[in-house]
Amino acid sequence: MTAFPSEVASWTAAQIYSGLREKQISAAEIATAALAFAQAENPKTNAYLEFCGERAMATARTVDQQLAAGKDPGPLAGVPVAIKDVIMTRGVRSSCGSRLLERFVPPYDATAVERLERAGALLLGKTNCDEFAMGSSNENSAFGPVRNPHDPERVPGGSSGGSAACVAQGTAVVSLGSDTGGSIRQPASFCGVVGVTPTYGRVSRYGLAAFASSLDHIGPFGRSVHDAALVLQAIAGRDEHDATSSAAPVPDYLAALGRDVKGKRIGLPKEYFEGLPTETGDLIARGVETLKKLGCEVREISLPNTEYAVPCYYVIATAEASSNLARYDGVRYTIRARDANTLAAMYRATRGQGFGDECKRRIMLGTYVLSHGYYDAYYVKAQRVRSLIARDFAQAFENVDAIVAPVSPSPAFKLGEKTGDPMEMYLSDIYTITGDLAGVPCMSVPCGNTPAGLPVGMQIFTRHFDEAGMLELAAAFERAGVSG
Amino acid sequence: MAAETEDLTAKYEAVIGLEVHVQLATRTKIFCACATSFGAPANTNVCPVCLGLPGALPVLNRAAVEMAVRASLGLHCRVNPVSRFARKNYFYPDLPKGYQISQYDEPLAEHGWVEVAAAGGGAKRIGVTRVHLEDDAGKSIHDGFRDSADYTYVDLNRAGTPLIEIVSEPDIRTPDEAYAYLTALKETMQFLGVSECDMEKGQLRCDANVSIRPRGETKLGTKAEVKNLNSFRFARLAIEYEIARQARVLTSGGRLVQETRLYNSETGETASMRSKEHAHDYRYFPEPDLAPVRISAAWLEEIRDAMPEPPAEKRARFIASYGLREYDAQVLTGSRELSDYFEAVVKACGDARLAANWVTGDLMGALDGKAIEESPVPAGRLGELCTLIAKGEISGKLAKEIFARMLETGDSPSVIMEREGLRQISDKGELDRIVNEVLAASAKQVEQYRAGKTAVIGYLVGQVMKATQGQADPAAVRELLQAKLAS
Repeated sequence: MTAFPSEVASWTAAQIYSGLREKQISAAEIATAALAFAQAENPKTNAYLEFCGERAMATARTVDQQLAAGKDPGPLAGVPVAIKDVIMTRGVRSSCGSRLLERFVPPYDATAVERLERAGALLLGKTNCDEFAMGSSNENSAFGPVRNPHDPERVPGGSSGGSAACVAQGTAVVSLGSDTGGSIRQPASFCGVVGVTPTYGRVSRYGLAAFASSLDHIGPFGRSVHDAALVLQAIAGRDEHDATSSAAPVPDYLAALGRDVKGKRIGLPKEYFEGLPTETGDLIARGVETLKKLGCEVREISLPNTEYAVPCYYVIATAEASSNLARYDGVRYTIRARDANTLAAMYRATRGQGFGDECKRRIMLGTYVLSHGYYDAYYVKAQRVRSLIARDFAQAFENVDAIVAPVSPSPAFKLGEKTGDPMEMYLSDIYTITGDLAGVPCMSVPCGNTPAGLPVGMQIFTRHFDEAGMLELAAAFERAGVSG
Repeated sequence: MAAETEDLTAKYEAVIGLEVHVQLATRTKIFCACATSFGAPANTNVCPVCLGLPGALPVLNRAAVEMAVRASLGLHCRVNPVSRFARKNYFYPDLPKGYQISQYDEPLAEHGWVEVAAAGGGAKRIGVTRVHLEDDAGKSIHDGFRDSADYTYVDLNRAGTPLIEIVSEPDIRTPDEAYAYLTALKETMQFLGVSECDMEKGQLRCDANVSIRPRGETKLGTKAEVKNLNSFRFARLAIEYEIARQARVLTSGGRLVQETRLYNSETGETASMRSKEHAHDYRYFPEPDLAPVRISAAWLEEIRDAMPEPPAEKRARFIASYGLREYDAQVLTGSRELSDYFEAVVKACGDARLAANWVTGDLMGALDGKAIEESPVPAGRLGELCTLIAKGEISGKLAKEIFARMLETGDSPSVIMEREGLRQISDKGELDRIVNEVLAASAKQVEQYRAGKTAVIGYLVGQVMKATQGQADPAAVRELLQAKLAS
């Protein structure tokens, strides 16, 4: 029997699983070590906004008692997990990266959090993110940016920057993020970890502070496909608190991971490769070679409406956001501006001081596109474009089993590099937005590093509810390693 | 003022449409499991969903949909197989989400009608444009607290209570028709068990759209939306006031503006609240958190089958199949419980008119305005009494005596008759003997009768009744006397 690895940053869910059952380590010892390590390392990245050690210790004690009693403590027993701050955690501050909620402690848990804890996971803390998940670099957090563990001068991506960074840094084994336009996959790519955006409806959104309800997803980060799959397994499935969650049965994702992918038909959408910088393009090309070596059948396909995705997204997402952010009004649980003498003045001052620039920009855009006289020209038309984009995917999946593409045009950029130009920032999501608009499962799997040592992810899309097929391909790709 | 109003009425015709909000009598709220009970301590019937906490999501209450469908059917609407929720966005402290979840361009039900008595006699149908489902806001409390001068308090117990909004066509022409429409609407909602419609508890709220036009004109005038109509009486008064106000503006050469006006029940006047230019842009869009509401044909039938008969239909049936007079049918359909009671009496005795007479006459007289649920006499027992009358086993007079005991004790007629020796003397021999005794003792009256002064028979009947302590059937006594005196 080998001893349990002492290097916290390298822990895997599988090691913890066997380590606990073989009594090499207790859950309490894991919690203590993981918390100490995460707290010590956090200043390097600012990935965590909040630690909840008591909560982790309480779960750990339960897990240890269950183990001692010979009971199954759950598939994620003892696995340290971090939760993006837009996901509600009972008794643990959930600020959503916003000044408005800097003192907000929710009285309830998101369904995904509840399920993780029921599976035995140890909730270490809450991770930094762009305010209300609006951003692509984590620079829109009211609590400071997150630094990329691979290069502290660079962004970790966004909006789930903290959740990607802590897994990359090793201060959590797995984490939860949220993805509305690429907010899981793009930071996964930038930080060199696995990030999964499940099918819309696969994971309950209950407890995820809404940005754009029809596009919001909760999904996992892990250092391996296996660990991300394990988390997805725990959180997936119908939730009676989310009317948009699906009752479709949840297959055994782990069983899919070892399967051979020979003969899988892979489509490369030409629209995603036109003008792709070579820095990223070369790595994706090598990834595709690996897939071929694994016996996949690769062909070029077309998703012709891709060019409309960014404008379509920024109409629908901002429209929904303008409504979803209305509740942060100074009346109940947000901060409230002082010295306002009328209701209107209180609203203006609270929201004016409380929201950051990006949220304000999106609220204004969204309010505009829903306004009387503009609704048909913008919102209705964008919904039509959205169905065309979804149809592109549906048609492509008649001939291929998976679609492979870059995640983002570039690897992690420098802090401040794009903050002056919102359009430039929005374009870093150009390849990820389509997956959210179509509602299909998609993920980023590490695809090697640039010559400068920056990680780049490869994106995989599959049919609705075919997370198993997607994880299967990603796991095979991961095992094969990137061809050099 | 009265003369002026008459002049104006001759010159102008009013066009009135009503928007009525009815709170559904579900046990729980429309999008969460919180109780809807009235009067709980402030902010206790709340949860993350109805508080609008970050991340909370609505889940539609099936019972609310069923009740709304039932209401729609009662208003003769077509229920749409697919309807959709939409967000109505506006800021207000008692609106926790910053939007109301309502229905906009795809409402639950459309194209219905309500029948009311028309101004000139007969019946008139007022169209129901649509019925849609929505959630209620909380309550802002502006006074009663020590610091009410500086703060408004918010109670969110009511937030998320299910409402239906019932929008009428602009078919109403007079304040009286508006009153009749509201009354019929309320009656239907109560009858169907959809709502108690207690206006003091805010279970029924009403706004009126009022415009006027010169008689003969077909184009609509400029409308005012009148709010704050806290009772049907105030609604009628406010509409009356508003019609007169608009007419005065027009006759004095002024121009009306489209606006929202508030009714002040103390002054009896309406005052402008905001003009059309300041109307809210609610930025409606489809609610992404909820799937479209699909009502299958099978579900619709299930709801229809489980639904009580609406009052207008019941009234028509009472007249057609029981031969009741319109007035009695109206009285007996005053509440669902009353009509159920009546039908139970009919079922027991088989004589609808007799049952109607007893229920509307003696019973309701005795109840003296109290609800039928408080009747000390259960329907089955009144049915028993009516059966005895119908079979001729007891006289009407005796029946009234027995009924008086029933009211006191709640016992059945047979028990009372047994206990108190109150029974009809139907034994021919017994009655014959008493009649003979009376005739023998009343030689003077017998002579008068035979001399043609037949009115004295009343005296003789009275003597027989006295001798039997009222237990004989007076009609039978009279007959017997007549036969004996004629021979």
